[in-house]
Amino acid sequence: MAHTEWKDAPGLPDFSLLKRLARDQLIFLLEQLPGKKDLFIDADLMSPLDRIANVTILKQHEVDKLYKVELKPIFVLMFTDLVNADKVAGRFRRYKIIFTPQKFYACETVLEEQGVYGDVTTDEWNFYILPLDDDILSLELPEFFRDNFLEGDQRWVTTAGSALRLLQSVYGSFSKVYGIGRCAKMVYESWRELMEDGEQRTRQPEFAKVFLVDRDVDFVTPLCSQVVYEGLVDDLFRIKCGSVEFGPDVTSSDKSIKVMLNSQDKVFSEIRNEHFSNVFGFLSQKAKNLQTAYDKRRGMDIQQMKAFVADELKGLKQEHRLLSLHIGASESMMKKKTKQDFQELLKTEHSLLEGFEIRECITYIEEHINRQVSMIDSLRLLCLLSITENGLLSKDYRSLKAQYLQSYGIEHLLTFANLRQLGLLEEQQAGETLTVMESKVGKLVNDKTVGKLTDAFSSLAKKSNFRALSKRLALVPKSGEEYDLRVPRDMAYVFSGAYIPLSCKLIEQVLERDGWTGMEEVTRMLNGQEFAVTARSKTDAQRIVLVMFLGGCTFSEISALRFLGKERGTYYVKQME
Amino acid sequence: VSRAKPEDDEYWNSSKFKAFTFDDDDDEFSRLKESKRAVNSILVDDDDDEEEEDGVERVSWSGEPVGSVQSFPYSLLLSLLSVLHLDAHQFLFVCRHLLVGEGNRLHDLSPEETVRRMQKGRAFSLEKFRSLQDKLLLLDEAVAVYDGNLITAVLIYLKKSLSKEILFRELMARDVALRHYVHYLKEMGEQKLLVELMKALGRTEDMALMQYKEHLNIKDEGQRRDFLKSCLGLPFSQDDATHVQDHYTLLERQIIIEADAEIFKKFPRKASILNMPIITTLYYSCFYHYGESEGTYSSPENIRKTFRISEKQYILTALGARAKLKSWFDVDSLFNTKNWLGYTKKRSPIGFHRVVDILQKNSAPVNVLQEYVNLIDSPELKLSVALKYKCHDIVINTYRDLKDRQELVVYREKLERDSPEYRKIQELLNNVQIRWKN
Repeated sequence: MAHTEWKDAPGLPDFSLLKRLARDQLIFLLEQLPGKKDLFIDADLMSPLDRIANVTILKQHEVDKLYKVELKPIFVLMFTDLVNADKVAGRFRRYKIIFTPQKFYACETVLEEQGVYGDVTTDEWNFYILPLDDDILSLELPEFFRDNFLEGDQRWVTTAGSALRLLQSVYGSFSKVYGIGRCAKMVYESWRELMEDGEQRTRQPEFAKVFLVDRDVDFVTPLCSQVVYEGLVDDLFRIKCGSVEFGPDVTSSDKSIKVMLNSQDKVFSEIRNEHFSNVFGFLSQKAKNLQTAYDKRRGMDIQQMKAFVADELKGLKQEHRLLSLHIGASESMMKKKTKQDFQELLKTEHSLLEGFEIRECITYIEEHINRQVSMIDSLRLLCLLSITENGLLSKDYRSLKAQYLQSYGIEHLLTFANLRQLGLLEEQQAGETLTVMESKVGKLVNDKTVGKLTDAFSSLAKKSNFRALSKRLALVPKSGEEYDLRVPRDMAYVFSGAYIPLSCKLIEQVLERDGWTGMEEVTRMLNGQEFAVTARSKTDAQRIVLVMFLGGCTFSEISALRFLGKERGTYYVKQME
Repeated sequence: VSRAKPEDDEYWNSSKFKAFTFDDDDDEFSRLKESKRAVNSILVDDDDDEEEEDGVERVSWSGEPVGSVQSFPYSLLLSLLSVLHLDAHQFLFVCRHLLVGEGNRLHDLSPEETVRRMQKGRAFSLEKFRSLQDKLLLLDEAVAVYDGNLITAVLIYLKKSLSKEILFRELMARDVALRHYVHYLKEMGEQKLLVELMKALGRTEDMALMQYKEHLNIKDEGQRRDFLKSCLGLPFSQDDATHVQDHYTLLERQIIIEADAEIFKKFPRKASILNMPIITTLYYSCFYHYGESEGTYSSPENIRKTFRISEKQYILTALGARAKLKSWFDVDSLFNTKNWLGYTKKRSPIGFHRVVDILQKNSAPVNVLQEYVNLIDSPELKLSVALKYKCHDIVINTYRDLKDRQELVVYREKLERDSPEYRKIQELLNNVQIRWKN
């Protein structure tokens, strides 16, 4: 898998510094409560915490027992119950709540209402960024998307802004900031506010440019099935916090293994961005090479053997282990996505992206639902249909919804309500003027308020213009042209040549043009909210771009950006929720 | 990392002092900016100041004094020190200067200033804002800085200090604040208030959905059924009203079916159908109660009619269940229809290739498979399916009909010598009357 490497490309920044900072802060907080202590940890925090300060370090700072707490909303109440119970029993213990990455006033209110405010100390552990790999940073905020885009709660805006500030304070000021999306704009403003009195660091900055993009600018990409290796691993086994758990069917033993997936895994780093069709061939070639290397032993004398065992064997064994894991994973993928089903699924997705044979697609989706194949995949397809077609025809919406509820459970009418709110799954509107409720309320308040009411009622979602965008940006290559997946010519390879991720295309174009000039039509179709700011004068040789996906990003997009980076000689550091 | 002296730690850990922030831009401390610049560039050598007991009281936003609170900027400060290579002493010194004169101004701050302080994590007081106008200014200011945490904080205060009618009225004109309020109420589980708010806003469908959602918290099926019944009158959209009705009916019947199964102990109770989707329930019914009269709740026919299941869906499900039980006769009956002349003909709303797939998955014998492969309309599809499932006779007949000699020859090689199919091909190839195309 040789690619031309840019000889003078700058290395990526050292993100281990961020881990050190986080760890030091945590230790400082732990030391505020000297003596033996038990630690109750929110389940979502277990993995990130483990990357920062493992059990050994915690024990060094007198942490005695560790407990994992599963249900988040109950966490605070469970805690207050505990404190109150102690009070009643007359038992004295010291309590500290460490909120991460920041403390919300709503939490303090709960403490107050439960009568324990003042009995506990509260702290913030500003653990904003977890480096997951050389070029991936994570905010570790799984609730970001739902809170911000579904509920309209802007609580994480300053968090994201603070993360940017942290990066800037450690790695130097960014010279240019681009962005698109309502949340991106707010994060930028918030960050700018935070930086207002910041000291100007004169050190050489490591990041030249920052690109902020809202997830809802491109909903299509996360709805498509992934076909690059890392994406498939994620779709099938779920990569969490940079690691994955492979079950017995993959490990060919009766145990499950948890494995870190990053550039340290030499086998993985070579196949992670590859289209799946290339992976098996690569793995079997590697297996052959490995066998050859092992076979070298025959015909070795004692001296050579000793050297072999000392120098090479360990590396070979390591490679062997990794190789068998990935081969096992690939086999599992083949089995799970039984060829025919998967091919048909991809074909339907590609048709939807192209806008081709839509009726057949709808029939396929209907059967997919009828067969109860997969709750999530059925929904993905419905949303993809809705976004690419600007909503479903009323009869289709009602019929498919009814069938979905029959197949997967009627309680999902709540799911449909949420998806409609997000603009992910909608009915095509006939174009109403005044709805019933508006007229009802209109009688109670004046016109100005009615106008505002309409805004309040309407979802946060915007109108999708996928087909027009797709044409304008040439996202869907012409069918009929041969696409060689072994030698990909553009980012479309991450979807088998059928579609270039919209988000990545935007990034490519904006960076090429150093702004949004010439893209007015596109930004209009994306409902505006784009911006480009020069923060400070350029310094030389800056080739590292930070892309911040607000609301999460897919491995396909990461692979696509890596491809783009290799093409342009830039490195893209991706930051996600 | 250079550390402060132990006594400094104690000083800083005491309850009295709020930690220093770099971002402070209060006018009164313009001296600070100079100090910061000095500190950043060179090491300032200052004599140790006398400890200033300035009697600053740390006040929370609810007006009560609080226990020790370590806040963000200080801890980050220490960490950054290691990066900035500066002596901790200098900063502590600067901090002391900063804190002088702080504190009692809290009550003189405007809404804008208060929000600024909240943004920087400093002490603030909302209690002084008692007029409605001030409260709204506070809210609007919080919205203007985009910070959801602050918006919610102000809303919590307004919730305590305004009647709900007034609060609702004001929120109607402020959709960002409104969304935050709704989310806050949801998180705090304030169902009653949420419902009232939705009603006041005229969002009756949302209100109905919110109430319906509560059923997910009820574990006991009997109670859940009763709860669903109570939801029936809610102002859902027309479609959703039907769905909720179905939900109630379904659970009611599932409870009865389960109870019957228990009483008669006829069927192995491997899995409960309680709270299963309609189609799963239908499958269960086709599996265990096939052929029962329409009168019983457990019969497939009853379920089909009650929940208006489409013919396509019904056949798919029944096929799955009967094939699993290897009841090929039942499978056969599913597709029989009488045409207008009274002849029985096979018909399927799902493609016969799909039927074949399902039969094959359930290890149907070849003769059964072949029967359905033969019913596939499209010749190309029929051939590919026949090839896939090794329905030799069909393959042979198709190639014969296409007069494709070459394919027959190729196919023959896949077969066992002396098998009937092998011999059949031999016969065809030897048949001089056939005009082969190749």
